[in-house]
Amino acid sequence: MEPMAIANTLKEAFPQGVQDILEYRGEVTVVVRREALVEVAQLCRDDEDLQFNYLSDLAGVDYYPAEPRFAVNYVLFSLRLGHSIRLKAYAPGDDPVLPTLTGVWAGANWPEREIFDMFGVSFKGHANMRRILMPFDWTGHPHRKDYPLGYEEVQFSFNYERVQRQKPHPKE
Amino acid sequence: MGVMPTSQEQKTGELGIITTRLDEAVNWGRTRAMWPMLFGLACCAIEMMATQASHYDLSRFGMELMRASPRQSDLMIVAGRVSRKMAPVLRRLYDQMPAPKWVIAMGDCASCGGVFNNYAILQGVDEIVPVDVYIAGCPPRPEQLIHGIMTLYEKVMKEHVLAKKQP
Repeated sequence: MEPMAIANTLKEAFPQGVQDILEYRGEVTVVVRREALVEVAQLCRDDEDLQFNYLSDLAGVDYYPAEPRFAVNYVLFSLRLGHSIRLKAYAPGDDPVLPTLTGVWAGANWPEREIFDMFGVSFKGHANMRRILMPFDWTGHPHRKDYPLGYEEVQFSFNYERVQRQKPHPKE
Repeated sequence: MGVMPTSQEQKTGELGIITTRLDEAVNWGRTRAMWPMLFGLACCAIEMMATQASHYDLSRFGMELMRASPRQSDLMIVAGRVSRKMAPVLRRLYDQMPAPKWVIAMGDCASCGGVFNNYAILQGVDEIVPVDVYIAGCPPRPEQLIHGIMTLYEKVMKEHVLAKKQP
C-alpha cells in the first residue's frame, strides 16, 4: 500500500486517536495521541492490509523549549507487504510518559529503554524500565537539549598547571 | 650488564661466574618477558593486533602472548577510549593484576580523551590508573606502539627491585 493510503486507513479507524498526518518527500508520518497509541499499533500489526510485523526503529526527539517537548517516532515496516509508515507520539515536558509497545512488538523493549536513558521519556507498562547505556547511578538524561555536554578544558602549555590541579588522579 | 658470555666461554661451552647488580638481573628478566593484557577498546586495538601479528611480531620482545586474564599479566595496554561506564571495570582489572605492573595509554583517547571531549568518555585513563607511558597518535602505528614499549623497558630498567614502586 502507498504510505498515504495507510495513513488514511488509520485515520478512518481512529478519527479521534490520529491527530495529524504529515508528509515530507514521500514519507508519511501519522501523529497519534498517546492515549490511542497502543490501539493504533495493534491495528497496524494485525490488520490484513497493513501487516506491520516489524518495528524497525524508535527515535526520541527533544523539541526544547517548545511544548509538547518530547516526541517518539516509531518506524514500522511490513516484511510481507514491503511498505512502511512512521507513527509519532508527543509527550509533554512536565509529564514525559508514553505507553509501552512491548506488548505489540517485543522488540520495542531495548529501544524504549534507550529512549528512557537518553531522553527521560518513561514508558508506562514496560517490564524493565532501567537505563541501558549509561551507568545505573547516572544522573540526568544526556540527549536532552538542556543537558551539559561535559566539556573538559583542554590542557595546553599555558594552562598546564591549572588543569593539572583540577584533573582527578588515581591512588596507587 | 655483563651477562653476555665472552667468546672464550662460548667456545668452551661453559658459562663461568657472572657478577651483576640484582636490579639489572631482575629488571632484565622483567622486561624480556612482559606479558600484556588484552585491553582493546576501539580502533587502537586493531593496531595493537597488527603489532602482535607476524608483520611486526611483538614476540621479538618477549611478548609471545597477550593474556586475557589480568592475573597472568603485568602490562596493561589501554588501547582505545574508555567510557565512564567502563572506567570502574578498568580500575578493577588493574587492581587484579599482580605487582609489579605497568600501564601504557595507547593513543590520544586513552591519553587525554582525544576528540571525544564530552560527558561519556573519560578524559584520559590517567584519571583512574597510574600511567607509565603515553603514546600519541590516532591511532598510533605499530612502530609507535613498539617504541612506547621500548620506552617502558628503559623505564623499568631504571627501577629498583627492593624499593617500593613510585606511583
